Amino acid sequence: MNPADGVEAPRQAPGLTFQPTYVLRSAGFRFAVIYAALISVSAAALAMFLWWQTAGALDRQTEATIALDVGDLNAKWLVAGLPGLVETIDERVAQNADNDSVYLLVDPLLKQLAGNLTHWPPKINRRPGWYELQVDRGGVQVSTRIVSLVLPGGYQMLVGRDIAVRSKLRGLLTHALGWGIGVVLLLACLGALLVRKLFRRMIANVSDTAAAVSRGDLSRRVQLSGRGDEFDQLSESINDMLDRIARLMEGVKQVSNAIAHDLRTPIARARARLEEASGHSAGPAELRNAIEQATTDLDGIVRVFQALLRIAEIEAGSRRAAFATMDLAPLLADMAELYEASAEEKGLEFDLRIPLSLKAHGDATLIQQAVANLLDNALKFSPPGTVVTLSGTKVTDGIQIAVTDRGPGIPEPDRGRATERFYRGETARSTPGSGLGLSLVQAVAQLHGGSFTLADAQPGLRAVLRLASNPPTS
Amino acid sequence: MRILVVEDDKDVAGFVVRGLKEAGHTVEHAANGRDGLFLAASEGFDAVVLDRMLPGGIDGLRLLETLRSQKNTVPVLILSALADVDERVNGLKAGGDDYLTKPFAFAELLARVEALARRGKGDQVVTKLVVEDLELDLLSRQVRRAGQKIDMQPREFRLLEYLMRHAGQVVTRTMLLESVWDYHFDPQTNVIDVHVSRLRQKIDKPFPVALIQTVRNAGYMLRADPG
Repeated sequence: MNPADGVEAPRQAPGLTFQPTYVLRSAGFRFAVIYAALISVSAAALAMFLWWQTAGALDRQTEATIALDVGDLNAKWLVAGLPGLVETIDERVAQNADNDSVYLLVDPLLKQLAGNLTHWPPKINRRPGWYELQVDRGGVQVSTRIVSLVLPGGYQMLVGRDIAVRSKLRGLLTHALGWGIGVVLLLACLGALLVRKLFRRMIANVSDTAAAVSRGDLSRRVQLSGRGDEFDQLSESINDMLDRIARLMEGVKQVSNAIAHDLRTPIARARARLEEASGHSAGPAELRNAIEQATTDLDGIVRVFQALLRIAEIEAGSRRAAFATMDLAPLLADMAELYEASAEEKGLEFDLRIPLSLKAHGDATLIQQAVANLLDNALKFSPPGTVVTLSGTKVTDGIQIAVTDRGPGIPEPDRGRATERFYRGETARSTPGSGLGLSLVQAVAQLHGGSFTLADAQPGLRAVLRLASNPPTS
Repeated sequence: MRILVVEDDKDVAGFVVRGLKEAGHTVEHAANGRDGLFLAASEGFDAVVLDRMLPGGIDGLRLLETLRSQKNTVPVLILSALADVDERVNGLKAGGDDYLTKPFAFAELLARVEALARRGKGDQVVTKLVVEDLELDLLSRQVRRAGQKIDMQPREFRLLEYLMRHAGQVVTRTMLLESVWDYHFDPQTNVIDVHVSRLRQKIDKPFPVALIQTVRNAGYMLRADPG
């Protein structure tokens, strides 16, 4: 990394300085611009439509009237010839009360034969077609729309209408629309600012929370507006993610505390044994014995480590790749067969209750390990002459594996804590064990989308591991 | 037996090499993947103890894959600090015959290496296993000792079969759990000991000479002479 980058970076902190590059990169700005552009385009489209509907319609109406007039005059020419035409034009000029018509009929030498224009307008050439121009009508300049026609025999005719009204309207419209566009642009800019502000307020909630979390305040959550809109959905996902992170962090903290407390003791013991042996042992036999003891201690520590790592691995959910559909019935039967001998040796009766087939989806090795932990516990705490039961049953939403013993059980208030790492009940303190067995069962249950519960078997403990029939996919 | 140890950690390598020599084996040592591959490919060994993490560009799995691609079938025991189940599967997929996680007890390593080297000797298809006066017929699934028929549960039969196939060798509890029950975890209670003791009741107790010996800090061994 180039050292200049490190200097440059803080200056671009968003919101602190008003840099053009920052403004261009701001999503709020982009939204605002898009909003303004959309409004302007809509307004322009509306204005064009209005124009076409008003000024345009007047134009078209004028042209239609002229065309009708021309048609009539043409018919007259065909029926009555030049005199008839002259007569008709004169008649029309006389009858035109509004004084908005323009007629002119000239001979090939451009001499007026009829109409209310005294001479041929110089701007109109001999070609027929539409013109829009000022003409002199009885000494008054008027704006007109005129069509120029060439008649057989070199005669020419102009027919037109005064468009002063239309020009006035067009002026009014142009004026109004011009102002209108100005107002629209202003509103668009104001709206854009509003959109940007709204956008910022909506993400400010999320970004404030994220900033607080990254500063170390893991308890902060995004506020929900309660409207259930897209922003609420996003906020909920973010909150779920934060919850999950908090749980994982809590787990890590718990494990590090547990390591600090529960692994120090055996490590200290092994260390003390070795130091004692190296300083004070009476002979080689004693020395060897001390070393062997210390090795056993270390093996115990390694086992605890492995169990901790295993639980962490399961909790991280990375084991779902090994999920497969399998029959739990033979799996449980094999477990029972493995433990039955130990049970018998302790004077316990082992009762296996499983159906012929028990289909489940999961990780066989982990389920075996969880069941082994439960059976280890049951055997460890059962008084001789009692029954240990392993059962597997199909329940509505999955599989239930239960291990029941007639031992001392776990008192109600302690049951919730029994699955915590390194937790050891009062009755368990004197027995060998790491206090991790049930934590692993709990982790396996969670991985399989199920649950692990401890209940009173009156007397004894009933440990129930539930596996969901459709475990969550990673 | 000739055993190659490929391990870069001096202490672990020294400990393993010394132990294997004490157990009566000829041992070669390579401290990196390149040398290990060269030795394994050019000389004939009965077994290879292979560390997964090796310096020098060729790690354990690469070495193993290269070896297998050359049709070299020497039995390989992978040593690794990676204990994940998936890592174990990766190791076995790459062509490993067995997988042992660090830290380990030397007895466990020795038992596994010897079991591997023995298997590498290419045991022909046998239908009958015999140790002293104990006979196990794999076809009729019958066990006799001193001509006397002994009734066996299926699991007991498999346990005895495993012990007899490795007669004269130490087998650890973990090896039994993995091979006879196919379980890859560590039960806290002495389940294996109980099963072995049941087996003893059947094949040893009624007879003057005990065949199943307990090896302290290691496991069990099936042999005639307790010395």
